[in-house]
Amino acid sequence: MTSCFNEMYLQGAVRPPYARLEGWTRAMPAELRQMKQAEAEALFRRIGITFAVYGEGGDPDRLIPFDMFPRVFSHAEWTRLERGIKQRAQALNAFLVDVYGRGEIVRAGRIPARLVYQNAAYEKSVVGFVPPKGVYSHIVGVDLVRTGPDEFFVLEDNCRTPSGVSYMLENREIMMRMFPDLFRENRILPIDSYSERLRRTLASVAPAKCDREPTVVILTPGHFNSAYYEHSFLADLMGVELVEGQDLFVEGEYVYMRTTEGPRRVDVIYRRLDDAYLDPLCFRPDSMLGVAGLMDVYRSGGVSICSAPGAGVADDKAVYTYVPEMIRFYLGEEPILNNVPTWQCGRDDECRYVLEHLAELVVKEVHGSGGYGMLVGPKSSAAEVEMFRARIKANPGNYIAQPTLALSTTPTFVADGIAPRHVDLRPYCLVGESIDLVPGGLTRVALTDGSLVVNSSQGGGVKDTWVLAE
Amino acid sequence: MLSRTADNLYWIARRMERAETAARLLEVGARISLLPSVHGYRSEWDSLLRAGGMADGFAAKYGDPVQRNIESHLFFDHDNPSSVAACITAARENGRIVRTALTAQVWDALNTAFQELRALERRERSELELSEMTEWTMRHAAMVRGAIDATLLRNDGYNFLNIGYYLERGDSTARLMDVKYYVLLPKVDYVGSGLDNYQWATLLRAMSSQRAFHWAYGGEVTAAKIAHFLILNPQCPRSLITCVAGMNNHLGRLAKAYGRMTEAQELSARLLAGLDSVSVEAIFEEGLHEFLSRFIRDAASLGAVIHDSYLSGDMR
Repeated sequence: MTSCFNEMYLQGAVRPPYARLEGWTRAMPAELRQMKQAEAEALFRRIGITFAVYGEGGDPDRLIPFDMFPRVFSHAEWTRLERGIKQRAQALNAFLVDVYGRGEIVRAGRIPARLVYQNAAYEKSVVGFVPPKGVYSHIVGVDLVRTGPDEFFVLEDNCRTPSGVSYMLENREIMMRMFPDLFRENRILPIDSYSERLRRTLASVAPAKCDREPTVVILTPGHFNSAYYEHSFLADLMGVELVEGQDLFVEGEYVYMRTTEGPRRVDVIYRRLDDAYLDPLCFRPDSMLGVAGLMDVYRSGGVSICSAPGAGVADDKAVYTYVPEMIRFYLGEEPILNNVPTWQCGRDDECRYVLEHLAELVVKEVHGSGGYGMLVGPKSSAAEVEMFRARIKANPGNYIAQPTLALSTTPTFVADGIAPRHVDLRPYCLVGESIDLVPGGLTRVALTDGSLVVNSSQGGGVKDTWVLAE
Repeated sequence: MLSRTADNLYWIARRMERAETAARLLEVGARISLLPSVHGYRSEWDSLLRAGGMADGFAAKYGDPVQRNIESHLFFDHDNPSSVAACITAARENGRIVRTALTAQVWDALNTAFQELRALERRERSELELSEMTEWTMRHAAMVRGAIDATLLRNDGYNFLNIGYYLERGDSTARLMDVKYYVLLPKVDYVGSGLDNYQWATLLRAMSSQRAFHWAYGGEVTAAKIAHFLILNPQCPRSLITCVAGMNNHLGRLAKAYGRMTEAQELSARLLAGLDSVSVEAIFEEGLHEFLSRFIRDAASLGAVIHDSYLSGDMR
């Protein structure tokens, strides 16, 4: 961890994408900075972007810290990322259609059958079903980290319902309001078409039975959910209804929503709800959030569900290891973006290596998310390392390990000026009739000096992410 | 519009209006208790609780109706669903659920009321004057109402908000008048006496209508004039006829927008026709309490029909 790649400075010189930001920071006195920061916070609070942290109690109206120093990609950098992300999204969807169909990739011996068919996220109720346009995962969040000028790694894929896109959009809105000059001086590609593209993507996967302009809705678990703001934000931007399970019902071969004018047919459901809660008749019988009979309508082609039930089998951390194989197998191409080398604790030889090198590695739960239940070896105490050793021994198949990457940093405003902080990137790739990606994503930043954990639930912040025009 | 969205809008309105009613009840009660006692201190506060439909809940929790306890019950008590605090908290939650159906201004007004309420709840009770609490409530109710009128699109959501306001307000006027019945009725001798008029005037004051009344009628304050003002005068913003006409108007707009009549339009038209054709003399003949009880029942049935026709999501 001696030297990390700083995205703004290389060997003392300012890298070209950041060229115009040097003068900007030099010209900004501390008082102005504080004023702007307060202004940004007031804007976020007024718009109502807050989030709740699971299991923490405390202020439910907490803000995610927003850092005003933008993160910048050159056009060439982005072009490569874009190709790599789209390639990955395509391969993941091909994989999903395959494993719920003939399972060619398993038959060819390219991925162990156990990892697929015994996976908790493998959804037996949709075996043999091909969703409209052959798409299971309509919004793929690909988490990327960087270690050098040309070294990008995929940390994980989110094929179900990646969250955070509202921050990507709001961060840009707020930056444009506060620093219009920056946008005049830099040629920054716009991202505000995301909601329109999302709507188009969702409409493009309407079921074949739908013979009119499709009615799209967002299904939310409700206003107590920590991401409720994002659900209502997207519904508002797309001009679609934000529904809860109780607003929908099944009759005959269709799903309807309850409106003041009587029942109205629904064609596409963008659900922000886990598979298990979708339909009490098919999954958890105690779910109060879902719609009874929804899965029957879905399987008979009466409604589309985005992401499709069962998509989760493509994004757990053990299957992740095989995504490069998927790209070769389905697309006949070499992966443009690399995986982080990963050891599967479920394999004896790899587990032995992991246990021997625990203090240098990052260990994650196969099904974990949000930065919970993970060990960052070099940043942990001996006791924490030993605790993980015991956990891995007890249930090796539940863990994977990766080398501790020297994550890149970008300049970030901190209490006493500007300092480098580690960042990652989550772009949101849309998959429908075509594959679409807005130039940008959500940059998360670890605000604590030296910390590598960027999750908002662990004290991370967010930044506006720029892609420059050619 | 989703039935659930309409339902939440309707309840924002009903709860804000109900918070205001609780504050007005407190004001009437405090004023009446300052008068020379007719049947002793206790029964007057009791009548107030009964008119608000909260007598049983109060007795179970506090026992004797002491002013301070009544203040707690009507203002701060979250166990009492009709208290100012419970209503404002619930209205803000309704607003959060349908945030996209509201303008930033309406949300701001709801959220500000809620945040200030939390600050009020942290203050020492001994520092809080009753008048400060009631004025605070009415100020915030007016701010929400103003934001709705000034900024909201005149679509079906606006109609549901208004239906909620008018229904709750009609109910509230009837209940506040009914307090008068409890205080007065046992002694028929008092009708038309000076004391009687003083109590009626207190009622007007609680409805912020004292000046308006004098502008509209002038001269001597009589029971008949006040009853006319609060029940039959379409100029009075809180009269029963104004409320029913308002509901009727907004239900009519819904029927037109949706191209569909429901039982609700029929019922509200019948209610309006009834008020249009009745005289104050006829009301007193029936008995004010009987008339008001009947109105409260009719309004409740209309509420139930509105729920079934638009808000439940069960219609086909």
